[in-house]
Amino acid sequence: MTAQHTALHATHLAQGARMIDFGGWDMPIHYGSQIEEHHAVRRDAGMFDVSHMTVIDLHGPRTREFLRHLLANSVDKLKTAGKALYSCMLNEQGGVIDDLIVYYFDDAHYRLVVNAATRAKDLDWITRQAAPFGVEVKARPDLAMIAVQGPNARAKVLGLLHEGDRARIEKLARFSAAAAQGPHGMPLFIARTGYTGEDGFEIMLPNEHAAALWQALTAAGVRPCGLGARDTLRLEAGMNLYGQDMDESVTPLEAGLAWTVSFDEGRDFIGRRALEAQRDAGVPRVTVGLVLDDKGVLRHGQKVFSAAGEGEILSGTFSPTLGKSIALARLPAGDPGPVTVDLRGRRVPVRVVKPPFVREGRPAV
Amino acid sequence: MSEIPGDLKFLKSHEWARLEDDGIVRVGISEHAQEQLGDLVYVELPALGTAVKAGHAVAVVESVKAASDIYTPVSGEVIEVNELLADRPELINEDPYGEGWIFAVRIADRGELDELLDADAYAEQLEQDAH
Repeated sequence: MTAQHTALHATHLAQGARMIDFGGWDMPIHYGSQIEEHHAVRRDAGMFDVSHMTVIDLHGPRTREFLRHLLANSVDKLKTAGKALYSCMLNEQGGVIDDLIVYYFDDAHYRLVVNAATRAKDLDWITRQAAPFGVEVKARPDLAMIAVQGPNARAKVLGLLHEGDRARIEKLARFSAAAAQGPHGMPLFIARTGYTGEDGFEIMLPNEHAAALWQALTAAGVRPCGLGARDTLRLEAGMNLYGQDMDESVTPLEAGLAWTVSFDEGRDFIGRRALEAQRDAGVPRVTVGLVLDDKGVLRHGQKVFSAAGEGEILSGTFSPTLGKSIALARLPAGDPGPVTVDLRGRRVPVRVVKPPFVREGRPAV
Repeated sequence: MSEIPGDLKFLKSHEWARLEDDGIVRVGISEHAQEQLGDLVYVELPALGTAVKAGHAVAVVESVKAASDIYTPVSGEVIEVNELLADRPELINEDPYGEGWIFAVRIADRGELDELLDADAYAEQLEQDAH
């Protein structure tokens, strides 16, 4: 299979990125040092090409009704245009088909941003579920997406916007989005969302303007970052990665995402009955954070031993901010007692913590 | 193409060996290998005095993304390990053929060195791997 390219592919190569295959996309893993890129986001501002993610526009008078059925979180929370919501999309068994962000334009127009690796599966599922509601499902491969993240990210983006837009975008609340004009009048859709635990924007724009915006951001001092740093940043922030920390065999209640499930009255969302049954019977597994204070690196798939039984590491990596290894792990429910991990044949003690591991750039565990 | 010093011998798995005085062979990983691994964050060194056999895993380097076994190119006894790596594993990234060496072996049979790739053969392998 030929790898797919984003609109920024040539730009990445020109900037010396090391490329890897990421779910069928040829994407930058880093531009020299993943750790320096990680620190740039925690301390200043970095940017990621996330154009491989799938943007889907939903149109039709019954779109709101459809999303009340499709999503475990409640779109009824979205009351003003531009507001966004994080949710899981479940199967009938309560398993996670994908996690996504839904943006609200008006009752007949919403936008979903779903993962890259699940594109075909998601589009198929959404299209099938949408049919009875007469909702039009339209993928937007014409849009690129750049995430600009870090304590100085918003200021650096604001400087590039049309003067008339700056005050309005500066006041944009978290998990909200609005349209604005970028350099040379390019049309931007700017959301104050992200996947690093830092403040910042995720910017959608037509593919043909992506390279120019990337260059302007580079000139404004925003450091290009690869998907390697994105992974260590999101794990420090305690955020799940689809396919690693959750999938269709796991419910949001087991994946540490109970807060995203809305059991609001009179809403029959897909998977609701399964989740209610699990909740009432007692959720059998929990997702916890682990910190290794000793040397070594926790990795996906390693066995975890607790008083409640055996579990496994989902995402594990070295945390550049903490200078030690951290992980998300799934364990049987119950008091875990002292917990150890099999680290390449060595049993090492780890600390069980509640993510996030890093908050506002500082250690939180 | 990465720099490859001419006085070194290599394993296909990207470890280098440098014969020093008194039959001591210093071992590290190549410029190319550290580039592939990315930022190194942890090195598990062999114990001093360990008897090692050519081609066997004796150390582990961990980058942000993965753990990799390090094979010894020659047999003998581990007589030195690079203690600096405990606090500064990034020395392997910064200076893989110098300060970033990993361990040293007192070689039992110098003939083993002839079995290894020389710099040209290693360069050729990298060239082939790239295609």
